[in-house]
Amino acid sequence: MFAGFMVHAWVVATMVAVVAGVVGFFTVLRGSAFVAHAVPQAGFAGAAGASLIGISTFAGLGTFAVVSALAIGMLGKRGRHDAVTALALVFMLGLGALFLSWSEEYASAIYALLFGEVLGVSTNQVLATAVLGVVCISAVVILYRPLLLSSVMPEAAEARGVRSHRMEMYFLVVVALVTTMSVPVVGALLMFSLMVGAPGAARSFTDKPLGALGLSVGISVAIVWIAIAASYETDWPVGFFVGVLGAVFFVTGRGWAAWRRSGAGRVERARQPATGPMRFTTATGMNTEPT
Amino acid sequence: MTSPDRFDARPEVLRLEGVSLWLSGREILHDVGFSLRAGELTGLIGSNGAGKTTIFRVILGLETPSSGRVLFAGHPRPHRNRLIGYVPQSIGLDPDVPLRARDLVALGIDGDRFGIPLPSRGRRRLVDDMLEAVDAQAFADTRVGKLSGGELQRSLIAHALISQPRLLLLDEPLASLDIRSEQEVVGLLARIAREQQIAVLISAHEMNPLLPVMDRVVYVASGRAASGSTEEVVREDVLSALYGHHVDVLHLQDRILVVAGKDEGHHLELEREQHALPPRGLG
Repeated sequence: MFAGFMVHAWVVATMVAVVAGVVGFFTVLRGSAFVAHAVPQAGFAGAAGASLIGISTFAGLGTFAVVSALAIGMLGKRGRHDAVTALALVFMLGLGALFLSWSEEYASAIYALLFGEVLGVSTNQVLATAVLGVVCISAVVILYRPLLLSSVMPEAAEARGVRSHRMEMYFLVVVALVTTMSVPVVGALLMFSLMVGAPGAARSFTDKPLGALGLSVGISVAIVWIAIAASYETDWPVGFFVGVLGAVFFVTGRGWAAWRRSGAGRVERARQPATGPMRFTTATGMNTEPT
Repeated sequence: MTSPDRFDARPEVLRLEGVSLWLSGREILHDVGFSLRAGELTGLIGSNGAGKTTIFRVILGLETPSSGRVLFAGHPRPHRNRLIGYVPQSIGLDPDVPLRARDLVALGIDGDRFGIPLPSRGRRRLVDDMLEAVDAQAFADTRVGKLSGGELQRSLIAHALISQPRLLLLDEPLASLDIRSEQEVVGLLARIAREQQIAVLISAHEMNPLLPVMDRVVYVASGRAASGSTEEVVREDVLSALYGHHVDVLHLQDRILVVAGKDEGHHLELEREQHALPPRGLG
């Protein structure tokens, strides 16, 4: 499982998992899960088009992802952009279907773009993935505070000079870059489960923003590692395991949160009538350690 | 009657001079002028759509007046201003958002700066002190989405205050609070204004909760404003001129009801019902 050609797979998949976990934290926080679904479909159409005219699929993927992300941001400037996102999604999927119909001999390559091809990663791809990964992580580290502020309180952020729309555009570009590095590895349809499943599960386990970000990365890496190992053993597609594990972690997180809520609820009821020092015990007994 | 001398002794923090604002062909604000002084609590009173939020946006620099001036301590407003703390109207937060009250407060220190803040003892003490100042220690580690209206409001006040502003703006902070939290928040804001010598501007559609602590009132109706002490502004002649039709000002124990004129008696009954609250000052 760790022989020659598999090393690339492990390295690239781990990088993708880390970056998807980091960016996914903000995707879920901002309620942009739908965008994280649409942009990879655009990437798929771009890659299919690129292979049709014989240029690098990576370039086609990146170009379409960035352009569609910027278009969603510009057209959705006023308020919610779910309708614009949906249109971008179906438009790009339609375009992808057209390119696919023109190039039947590339069907297996296209299949890989949709569902991932982690076991066939080349050395060039390792380098490109690493560069994009570093760019994405750096962007999130730099934007962390204003992005967090504008995600939870856009009006208060504006009042402090953080322009919400500018933050949205920066974030969409980061999503497009993550897409570009992830689609060749986990596929357009399934990177979604890393970007949404892992961070969605993480926030059920912790109340701290940085804690949830770290846990999101951990869960994302776990999903990818288990998926690769299981795929290697069973010969079933990696994408299947990534999708299933994303859902399993998410549901487990929900179950944990519900269980904890019922426990915390008992503490809360117990503290209600007290007026003295009891008031200063926290409602969520298990999250009192310092940051 | 409060003596004007007492006000003038306090340094002026903000002054609006003849501010008018046109947005897409409509005059939203007309010749609005008032000043806010350090240590004073001012109520920005008016019904929904009267122009209260627009006045906030002008003060924050998010709207540029079509005419008139906004002066901050006697100078034109700087482009980015940490000296203004702002508490937005009810933020609808998803209960799953992994953010505790203390994280919200910490974002107030430097949430507009780039990078991830390194945890330090100094930062933590700053946040703890702020939480204590608004009596929020009990829920410091609770998720913001799980806080009650009053708890969230106190956390937001701490968020706005931690950067040590000279002016604190609160957009309808009492809108979704029960009477008890309402009194707690009003008392807290009055204490903050006095102790930290901050100018506090609170917008509200209902002035009665603010009456015991309000030093001045800016009354807004259809884009026009009148300002001064409650006695100077909340009078039949002033408000009738502001509204452009006759209104009655009724004093009922220590509450004030502003109702449409005599010829529209049915409004009176409605307003009475709305204000049939238990007497204040029980807590």
